[in-house]
Amino acid sequence: MDRDENYICRCEEVTEDEIRTAIRGGARSVKEIKRWTRSGMGICQGRTCRRLVERILAEELGLAPGEVESSSFRPPVRPVSLDSMDGSRDPSTHGSGG
Amino acid sequence: MERETRPAVVVGAGPAGLCAAIELKRAGAPVLLLDENSKPGGQLFKQIHKFFGSQEHRAGVRGFEIGKDLLRESLDLGIDVRLDTEVVGLDPNLNVWAVEARKRSYTLEASRVILATGATENAVPFPGWTLPGVMTAGCAQTLINVHRVLPGRRVLVVGSGNVGVIVAYQLLQAGAEVAAVIEAAPALGGYGVHTAKVRRAGVPMLVRTTIVRAEGSEGVERAVLAEVDGKFKPVPGTERTLEVDAICLAVGLTPSIELAALAGCRTFFVPELGGHMPLHDEFMRSSVPAVYVVGDIAGVEEASTAMEEGRLAGIHAAHSMGYLDREEMERRTADTRRRLRALRQGVFGEKRFVAKERVLAEKEKECP
Repeated sequence: MDRDENYICRCEEVTEDEIRTAIRGGARSVKEIKRWTRSGMGICQGRTCRRLVERILAEELGLAPGEVESSSFRPPVRPVSLDSMDGSRDPSTHGSGG
Repeated sequence: MERETRPAVVVGAGPAGLCAAIELKRAGAPVLLLDENSKPGGQLFKQIHKFFGSQEHRAGVRGFEIGKDLLRESLDLGIDVRLDTEVVGLDPNLNVWAVEARKRSYTLEASRVILATGATENAVPFPGWTLPGVMTAGCAQTLINVHRVLPGRRVLVVGSGNVGVIVAYQLLQAGAEVAAVIEAAPALGGYGVHTAKVRRAGVPMLVRTTIVRAEGSEGVERAVLAEVDGKFKPVPGTERTLEVDAICLAVGLTPSIELAALAGCRTFFVPELGGHMPLHDEFMRSSVPAVYVVGDIAGVEEASTAMEEGRLAGIHAAHSMGYLDREEMERRTADTRRRLRALRQGVFGEKRFVAKERVLAEKEKECP
């Protein structure tokens, strides 16, 4: 990691510059930034960076913080090992994942 | 009235969740209390300071003592508490996806779900914030009050709200030096009582100040501060360096709404209560009638309000499951609501009261 960089998503090592570049390139929501940069796709699933990305989006787009389109949530909301799902109960009923 | 036999599942055994489970069990309703940690109590056991409020709010009693009393009560009632159990999914039909000890995944069919999942600490990013030694204030509190480990010898606290000043004082009590408490706003943000204790100990409190960088080779060695302008941007030429080996971030909390969102609960943005939070009514029912939200997930407040919200939801859920008649439910919740109102007074409390009224009105408007 470069110590002069301002990391926003620590899990995926995405910097503030990369996020601003994505917004200036057309990204308009936390979800789009996620797909563009992988910010929020790491092990913590955006628990720390979601608010930071929202703030940068609001700043770049001139919006109030509440007006920024936030990300959606999907199960599992915590990292789960595949081993734990031994098939005794079917967790696939909980949505399509991804 | 027919009684519901499928359990109410309470997610999170902090002050709100424990109180909800206690009220359900007291009413005779089937209840399961799940928590990801190996001990119940949430953040209560880290709170070594005395709580505010009136006598009936246990004012003057330290947080961990309140935690011990709640635990004893839950044990006496024989509540089924499942620890080391993470709830990782929830759907609108109230199927709860739990993972036990990170090893066994299973689903539960709940008749009611009470979400007491708390809040997540906010971060403030700056170059060097990934260095070892930069941590949230809650992390520092866990280190000193639970594990008895000093996070650093000389610490900078970022944020002067209640969490910032309380943790600054506890760092001093634990034997660390607090180099400064900094605040980007023009005024300090915490309760006067806590702020004054830190100030009397000689800790500099710097307003209109931010951190621009942390430096060090293997961990934090220095923090570079700067004054901010009216738009919270650092003013060039105002930088100064503090020698510190730890930096604690106390810059607010965000409600942990993931499970509420999965259940389909509608959310609302309330800056005073921490950002996006589920809408709820006066009984803490979300827009999904069988899902309740209590404590910090329903707007960041305090342990004392979280406990009352937990009681409200627990009593109402027991009623809706057929274990309390309407009259008894109303009798029990009247006391709770009176205590809640008393807690939401004063400069900080009134602001939260007004914000909560807005949440109730929005809920009424959006999903009557």
